Amino acid sequence: MDKSGEAYWKATLGLLTKILVVWFLVSFGAGILFADMLNGIHLGGYPLGFWFAHQGSMYIFVALIFFYAKKMGEIDRKFDVHEE
Amino acid sequence: MDLQTTIYLVVGLSFALYIGIAIWARAGSTSEFYVAGGGVGPRINGMATAADWMSAASFISMAGLISNMGYGGGLFLMGWTGGYVLLALLLAPYLRKFGKFTVPQFIGDRFYSQTASTVAVVCLLVASLTYIIGQMTGVGVAFSRFLGVSSETGIYVGMAIVFTYAVFGGMKGITYTQVAQYVVLIFAYTIPAIFISMHLTGNPIPQLGLGSNMTGTDISLLQKLDQVVVELGFGQYTTTTAGSTLNMFVYTMSLMIGTAGLPHVIMRFFTVPSVAAARSSAGWALVFIAILYTTAPAVAGMAKYNLIATVNTAVATNGDLYAPESSLEVAKQPDWMNRWEKTGLLKFEDKNGDGRIQYYNDKSKNPEAVAKAEAAGWKGNELTVNADIIVLANPEIALLPNWVIALVAAGGLAAALSTAAGLLLAISSAISHDLVKGVFKPNISEKGELMAGKIAMTVSIVVAGYLGLNPPGFAAGTVALAFGIAASSLFPAIMMGIFSKKMNKEGAIAGMLSGLFITLFYVFAHKGIFFIKGTEYLDLIGGANPFFGITPEAFGAIGALVNFGVAFLVDRFTKEPPEHIQHLVESVRTPRGSKAVDGRHA
Repeated sequence: MDKSGEAYWKATLGLLTKILVVWFLVSFGAGILFADMLNGIHLGGYPLGFWFAHQGSMYIFVALIFFYAKKMGEIDRKFDVHEE
Repeated sequence: MDLQTTIYLVVGLSFALYIGIAIWARAGSTSEFYVAGGGVGPRINGMATAADWMSAASFISMAGLISNMGYGGGLFLMGWTGGYVLLALLLAPYLRKFGKFTVPQFIGDRFYSQTASTVAVVCLLVASLTYIIGQMTGVGVAFSRFLGVSSETGIYVGMAIVFTYAVFGGMKGITYTQVAQYVVLIFAYTIPAIFISMHLTGNPIPQLGLGSNMTGTDISLLQKLDQVVVELGFGQYTTTTAGSTLNMFVYTMSLMIGTAGLPHVIMRFFTVPSVAAARSSAGWALVFIAILYTTAPAVAGMAKYNLIATVNTAVATNGDLYAPESSLEVAKQPDWMNRWEKTGLLKFEDKNGDGRIQYYNDKSKNPEAVAKAEAAGWKGNELTVNADIIVLANPEIALLPNWVIALVAAGGLAAALSTAAGLLLAISSAISHDLVKGVFKPNISEKGELMAGKIAMTVSIVVAGYLGLNPPGFAAGTVALAFGIAASSLFPAIMMGIFSKKMNKEGAIAGMLSGLFITLFYVFAHKGIFFIKGTEYLDLIGGANPFFGITPEAFGAIGALVNFGVAFLVDRFTKEPPEHIQHLVESVRTPRGSKAVDGRHA
């Protein structure tokens, strides 16, 4: 792979890592591991940990995918590998 | 119009719509048959993916499961949606760039091995066939409950409908019927939820209603629910976890990886026109899925409250739940309870002979609840409620008009039929494209392959129908198996094929086989070898859930870890893949040069 190809892949992996960290934190973190702790805080009538497990993580997943699609498009164009 | 006529009318109209679409969208080429011609836009594909994905289990059973499990039920919600993040980031765009018809073809080409492709075909067939049994029985259940015909007749009608659009239309027919089916099922799911949310909290949006105060009080719905279930000896609704925190963690992970690895979902992303479209289409799919999946926990919590409040009249008045007059008199039970009692999904037994229904947890570990029940002369829980009722009887519990009940019937059928069709296409394309064209008859003409595809589809429908009519007695366990296989074999193989340039065929094959083997070993230990009763071998592995208390349903993630571990180990000691394969991986990683999906075998 040439230099620009390597840089492109590195940028891609960097973006994937960032998104997967958030993916992990909202579901496995806030929804499971720290749910008990977060339940002390309330969001309306929802205990926060319960909210992440039953509602919040799903909204954030949707946002993450669209964020990914947008950022990947930018990376594609930056390295000039986008589809014509 | 009476209820039965309304149901026939609504279900009949929805079927006429599906058949109309089938006539309009016939497939004339293999490209149309396998990938709908490759020109489906990201939103339409997202909607079709949502219908493909949301099965009878999502529509009928999930809210009921959550209702019983409380907070722990969130593992289904997070697991079955979080998988789409993995699919969007790690698989879909790259497989779309690869640009071939099937998942086994990617594995076969990337690992330059007929063996790898065949292992993938076997995994795909086992996962899809076990999954489809549940759909066919779901069709039978929906028919018999709502249309008053036998479950067998229901399955025959369902087979005939799927036949018309799947065999003649292939992926093209399936895609556009799935869009229609999505619309039917999402209205069927959300409308009753909106009514119920309005009724309980005054907020028409169920997602907000679950977090609101009860109408006319300043106590929140969840707080009230927690208080009532704890007093009746159940675990607190908002905190009761699934087994242990570790089990919930691993279970959620298994469902996520399994979701991303299910072939009938992955192949929907071969139908979009570009790599960029594959990325955004996964987002749209999740939007359409999340509309149902964020409504489900509201349905679960509210239905639980409604059910308890129906049986125990002191719930609504804040009275003493254990007072004799609080329990509902059998003679006064509402019509819907009578109706569902006939189906056997709702059972009542007057254990203490007082002519009233006591609903509580008689195995409670809460000493206060146990003492109160004893003092009140309760002799055990008297009401058993099948989880499926939560969605199916929801409109009746909330006293909604007949057309809403009819819509729920049509919605349940739409969910089961759309998933069945997607699975059938995955099965038939693996047979006609990966086996017939890939292995046995590489020189088959396009026309011949299209014919082979249609024959494979017909045979698959008959097999699926047969299995639906004679469910092998393990129907409930099979969906867990499908996810276990997808998670432990297919997902890791595809991911390594994209993210590791040096992964060779020996590593991939060894990984897939060992992941598959360890998962099957653990599942069969609990459920019997190939689910045959009496062949369980729990003693051999040291009792139930011996691996850190992890249940067999949750084991797929461990299988995936084994797959990755073995693959990298074997890879280190065998020679690296040929130069042209490494170039193939590089080209898969960049979007430029993506072209229409085709079926040529490398």
